[in-house]
Amino acid sequence: MSEFKEITNTSNSISEKQIEIESPTKEHKSGFPEISIKAEPIFHLGNFKVTNSLFTAVIVLIVFFLLAFKYSKEVALKKKSGFFYFFNMIIKSIYDIFYSVLKEKTEYFFPLLGAYFLFVLFNNWFGLLPGVGSIMIKIVEHGKELTVPLLRGNNADLNTTLVLGLVSVTSIQYFGVKYLGFGTYIKKFLDFSNPINFFVGILEIVSEISKVLSFSFRLFGNIFAGEVLLTIVAFLIPVAASFPFLLLEIFVGLVQALVFSMLSAVFISMAVTKHH
Amino acid sequence: MTADAAKLIATALSIAVGAIGPGIGIGMIGAKAVEALGRNPEAESAIRTTMILAIAFAEAVAIYALVVSLIIKFT
Repeated sequence: MSEFKEITNTSNSISEKQIEIESPTKEHKSGFPEISIKAEPIFHLGNFKVTNSLFTAVIVLIVFFLLAFKYSKEVALKKKSGFFYFFNMIIKSIYDIFYSVLKEKTEYFFPLLGAYFLFVLFNNWFGLLPGVGSIMIKIVEHGKELTVPLLRGNNADLNTTLVLGLVSVTSIQYFGVKYLGFGTYIKKFLDFSNPINFFVGILEIVSEISKVLSFSFRLFGNIFAGEVLLTIVAFLIPVAASFPFLLLEIFVGLVQALVFSMLSAVFISMAVTKHH
Repeated sequence: MTADAAKLIATALSIAVGAIGPGIGIGMIGAKAVEALGRNPEAESAIRTTMILAIAFAEAVAIYALVVSLIIKFT
């Protein structure tokens, strides 16, 4: 292992120096890019650690809010701009996709599902912009000076995707109770009519919990793996080689946003329709 | 075998073994989707949406393996 490191050190002395400037981190000296699986705190607000992914999420939310504000203002205008029609086209096509699953209930659920789609999509694509992950700042923690990226793709942090999964699954339960009534909905999980139904109910509970896990790990894994892929390809072949992978990541970001919101739609439609 | 070597082997094996099943699964999904498309070309958009969803489900298993191997590698 150490021999291998020395060989790469001598052969890549130029690129090694460049990376040294960017990340003179800790004990790693091989020039291999530093990849951290968890988001690093960049500053503290009182007792609360603000991580770089949270910071990115705030920026994305502000952009999201501004776009939504501009859109909602233009709805009332008589002469609308191209921006409005462009967004209308996007929202209409998402609406049509959800309509194929939810039918006449789409109108009620669309604000939530569309927000999932756009939020996940913006977060995924914001993580691909130049500067995210490569602008470094110095922080002092436990007396040691560390160099961490200022921005980090928000869905490359497990906390964010876990929250998204929890919100999605909780809203599925809420809509189930709302549409079917508490007694009918809870019967799916606690059914004492016969032993088989009782064990099926236990399996249903397990499947609800595993929905959270599969939602969060799917999104996190895809986006984080994409970031690692881009970093490593840019490290191996510095010129132009990462371009096709960047296109792939744009596609993956779109598909993951679609999958997240579509799965929520499918689960909601399963929860609000009566079985038997 | 040193701890480093064991770590490297575990990283490689977890993604290598974990990618076999999803690979077969995605291949079958694609084959069946093309078959359905040949039988019923008008239903292209519905088939495509369903196929992408099913592929994402199958792919998720490979992604779990990838997350495990990344955790082994970088922690």
